[in-house]
Amino acid sequence: MGTFYSLGWRGRAAQCSLLLLLLCCYNGGNCEAETPKAPDPTDSPEGVKPFQNEMPQAFPEEEKAYLPVFTMDYPRIQVPFEFTMWVLLASFAKIGFHIYHKITIWIPESCLLICIGLIVGGIMYSVKEEPPAVLSSDVFFLYMLPPIVLDSGYFMPTRPFFENVGTVLWYAVVGTLWNSVGIGLSLFAICQIEAFGVQDINLQENLLFASIISAVDPVAALNVFEDIHVNEQMYIVIFGEGLFNDAVTVVLYNMFSFIADMPTVDSADVFLGMARFIVVSLGGFIIGVVFGIAAAFTTRFTHKTRQIEPLFVFMYSYLAYLVAELFAISSILSIIVCAITMKYYVEENVSQRSCTTIRHVVKVLASISETLIFFFLGVVTITTEHEWNWAYILFTLLFAFVWRGLGILVLTQIINPFRTIPFTMKDQFGLAYGGLRGAVCFALVFTLPDTINRRKLFVTASIAVIIFTVFIQGISIRPIVEYVNIRRSNSEKYNINAEIHTRTMEHLVCGVEDLCGQWSHYYWKDKFKKFNDRVLRRILLRDSRAESSIVSLYKKLELQSAIDLLDTPMGDLSAAPSIVSLHDERMEASRPKKKFPMADTKKIQNILAKNMYKIRQQTLAYTNKYKLPDESQPREILIRRHASHRRSLRAASFRDPTSQNIPKSQRYFSLQPGSDLESAFVIRRRSHGASSTRSAIPMSTIEERAQNPLPQNSTSTEQQEDELGEGAAARGWTPEDPRENTVSNNPLLRK
Amino acid sequence: MGASQTRSEHPSYRDLSDKTGFSLEQITNLHKRFKQLSGDSETISRENLNSIPALTDNPIKKQIIDAFFDKRNQHKGEVGTYGEIGFEEFLMVMSHFRPPSLKTSEEEKKAMRKEKLRFLFNMHDSDSDGMINLEEYRKVVEELLSKSGNIDLEAAKAIADAAMLEVASTSMPDMAPDYFYEGITFEHFEQILSGLEMESRMHIRFLDVDTVTMRCDKKQ
Repeated sequence: MGTFYSLGWRGRAAQCSLLLLLLCCYNGGNCEAETPKAPDPTDSPEGVKPFQNEMPQAFPEEEKAYLPVFTMDYPRIQVPFEFTMWVLLASFAKIGFHIYHKITIWIPESCLLICIGLIVGGIMYSVKEEPPAVLSSDVFFLYMLPPIVLDSGYFMPTRPFFENVGTVLWYAVVGTLWNSVGIGLSLFAICQIEAFGVQDINLQENLLFASIISAVDPVAALNVFEDIHVNEQMYIVIFGEGLFNDAVTVVLYNMFSFIADMPTVDSADVFLGMARFIVVSLGGFIIGVVFGIAAAFTTRFTHKTRQIEPLFVFMYSYLAYLVAELFAISSILSIIVCAITMKYYVEENVSQRSCTTIRHVVKVLASISETLIFFFLGVVTITTEHEWNWAYILFTLLFAFVWRGLGILVLTQIINPFRTIPFTMKDQFGLAYGGLRGAVCFALVFTLPDTINRRKLFVTASIAVIIFTVFIQGISIRPIVEYVNIRRSNSEKYNINAEIHTRTMEHLVCGVEDLCGQWSHYYWKDKFKKFNDRVLRRILLRDSRAESSIVSLYKKLELQSAIDLLDTPMGDLSAAPSIVSLHDERMEASRPKKKFPMADTKKIQNILAKNMYKIRQQTLAYTNKYKLPDESQPREILIRRHASHRRSLRAASFRDPTSQNIPKSQRYFSLQPGSDLESAFVIRRRSHGASSTRSAIPMSTIEERAQNPLPQNSTSTEQQEDELGEGAAARGWTPEDPRENTVSNNPLLRK
Repeated sequence: MGASQTRSEHPSYRDLSDKTGFSLEQITNLHKRFKQLSGDSETISRENLNSIPALTDNPIKKQIIDAFFDKRNQHKGEVGTYGEIGFEEFLMVMSHFRPPSLKTSEEEKKAMRKEKLRFLFNMHDSDSDGMINLEEYRKVVEELLSKSGNIDLEAAKAIADAAMLEVASTSMPDMAPDYFYEGITFEHFEQILSGLEMESRMHIRFLDVDTVTMRCDKKQ
């Protein structure tokens, strides 16, 4: 980063004039008029600045030194200023893409960022300037990569991951190995051909290059897969493979770069390589677990110092990363394991605000890093010295593609019998085609030592492969997946029945498994859960009563909901419908609603999900990379609690039981409009789509209910953030009014 | 429970294998389990199954056990319940949970799916009238949510009602507003769950390896 200073005047001017289009901040018109000079901070012509270097004073008249009214000192702020500018520029680009929503459907964001990078790089190149040397490998590996990996690890969908862990590791380890060796050997074969002029690259160097190229980068592929909602297994395999192949890549890279210097290779080195792999991966795992547990344990005691709670998450995970780097162990593995371990316990220990803060900051940091990486990829593409060799590069592309396809095919054949849901040919095609290369490959190639004589060729080849895969494969994968009709996850088609029966099936399967004593991975899950409850939770959680996990989570969600309710703009404030308008609405009662708003279905699903048979826990299957996990469920639970609370305050009222529970947004069929009156309460005003269905209701009941008092809904908001104390307990569940006859009140279902 | 017994029953195992689709080793293992559950007798009664400790936390325990004694799941066309079941009936119920392999054709997969849906349907339709009516559905949802203790009965009822309505409006979109929707028939059931992927959810990986004796610490 220190080489920012080395930019000459003209470079800075060019940069600034570019950025001026975006922000008016630079007032140094003088800057452009200056001829290139040693970096002297003399911008202002008037007056004498206090900290100036020597400026030749005009002789001999000594002018009176006036107080400088306006001074500028650019170099002092240069480094942080330019960093901020770069980040801002990249972020503006990102905003720009998302405004034109159509673009992002067809072109993945990484492509667009690279394009912008290319443009900026072109500008810089045309003024003959170097890009800032942030692309040194240290900066990349120590500052840019950890946030991205932390993001992936923190939001990893754990349930599908653990169900598919064997497959993921199989593809990650064996697949990467296969790819590296295959590509390396075939490239070496190509090098033997004299016509291509690359004969001086020996086997070790080819293998080294191949190990760099074969690392699949999840960032780029996952953008696409999320958008098209591929089935969960494919998603998690690509995701996991991209994350965990780092262990193999690190070992291979180190091994081959070590070997590249050695004249001969013998079998002892191969064995050492395997031993090293075990050290690297196990070491990464252990370091991750240690720091994760340390983080969890620390947060046990932070209930008095809530403000610094998010800090621990970041510090510990970064420490895990750095310690692993210290020992040249797979740092990516360690930070992922740390994040997974820590997340469960930390999120129970910290306050709701800290939890939200952590999630947001993780996302922000990852976003910045990712944006910058792709951006710089574009810039560097233009500005580095390239060595282009058609044959080598084309064959690299070809082999990368071919070997990946072959690898997936062969590996899948071997592992399919062990899977409960085998991968079909279409899935395999998707997996193979989704093997995009990205930033890690890019950074690794820059770390190649200069002793390798064809270094520039390698750099060019890697950049070519990355750009090709990201652009061509990235853009085409969406139409191809749709055309091939890969199994998608069915989340769009979910309805309540599906949800209910999904739960039923899960319980059923668990029950039958227990019954017939079959051993499956549920067994291990169960065992771990018991260990977790008995040992880990006692140590790592401040409040470790096992069976109250749902209650404590509920309390936390309730608070969050209460806070959210205060924050959200109170939608449609024409809240209390007049009786006249209700009367009109009733006239439209004839048509029952046929469609159920997706959000409402989700809420019902969430309720069912939350009340799962405790041993088998469901977690979020998908998290979109750019959004935080959906938490609309707390609202639902809160609404229901408030509903029951209000009911307890109410005097006699004739009410359809369903309307009590389903907030306005979830009215599925005819209900008394009187229940809308309750929605004079801000809490109940969720969405207002359900007003069209009504049934015939005697007017008297409406009036009766109109006179009901407003309930106190302020209790929730008065709760302290941390000490929940009486909150949930005070509002107990009230028994249902026996007069409310459920079946007969249901207008559609009665006769 | 020894090797001698299994060898003498090989011919009947083969029949069972053809009928249910399990392999011979799987049948052997399941038979061992059967013997364990039944206390070495030929038939299992409800008490045997009720006494399995691992099932106590399961909210739909009763329905699961009932499913084993339900004659409809034997695919013989009979209706009613057994008092006790033998090994063949046990296996027939288990066969609903076989996963599809790569070799099963599309029609077989469809048939399996229909079988699994039928199994689920039978589980809910406790009075065997071929329809799940509102009361039965409510019961289903209540049982599902019963173990957590945090959702009250009204919420369960609400969800059940909403689900019923969903089925009603999806399968009979031209229903008149005051039509009485009696219950979910099997066709409607199939229709509403058409988007649901059953293969991944309703299967048990029956291992060929003898796992029963491997886990000798588990008290059953």
